[in-house]
Amino acid sequence: MVAISVDTPEINRRQRQKLGYTYTFLSDPKAEAIRRYDVLHRGAGPNGTDIARPAEFLIDSSGIIRWVNLTENLAVRARPEQVLEAFKQEGPAGSQ
Amino acid sequence: MTAKKNSNWSLWIGFLFVLAGFLSYAFFAQFPITRDFPWANLLLFAVGGILLVLGLFRALGRPQIYRGKISGLILAALGISIFGLFSYIFFYQLRQVPLSTAAPRVGQKAPEFTLSNQDGKEVSLSDLVGRSKAVALIFYRGFW
Repeated sequence: MVAISVDTPEINRRQRQKLGYTYTFLSDPKAEAIRRYDVLHRGAGPNGTDIARPAEFLIDSSGIIRWVNLTENLAVRARPEQVLEAFKQEGPAGSQ
Repeated sequence: MTAKKNSNWSLWIGFLFVLAGFLSYAFFAQFPITRDFPWANLLLFAVGGILLVLGLFRALGRPQIYRGKISGLILAALGISIFGLFSYIFFYQLRQVPLSTAAPRVGQKAPEFTLSNQDGKEVSLSDLVGRSKAVALIFYRGFW
């Protein structure tokens, strides 16, 4: 599992530690990857900064996208069961 | 001599329910069932609304027995505004999500990128894909 946001590595390290997460947090302050995946939400961040809208993509071992989740409502996020179910269909062993 | 009027508890309890309906979303948002659709909050608003209406009926219909004509109207107006604000935020504002029509679709190659992880180390998507059965990419707004 890999989480991506515009937050800096320092913020990510702090939050990751504080919340006890073990998966990878990637920092995309210039929203480069965010733009490539077309998940940019202009001006929705603090002080009108650009951030990502919530979105999940499942990618298989050959780099092909197998599952996409783009919710219509910011309050709705993919539930852990949904991501796990999508994972199961790809084979969970050794996945990040 | 006029009899002492009863306090109109229904108005105040009703208003408290409406206030709770608004403020409690932060709590209910922790559970997917009540976060994805605000069942709990709407229920609190409904109970509050019923009590406010009951209180208004008493204050306006039987003013000799119940207090609260003016406070009732004010509380009811405030209650409607609070409910209106909640509805606006939840059913309109939170739906203002960009269309993301150019997002990569199922079957397409995942766009490559190289970003710093939490320890400042550069990580590329191809690295991750190469050493996993699958990679779940989770874009989120941030911890601000």
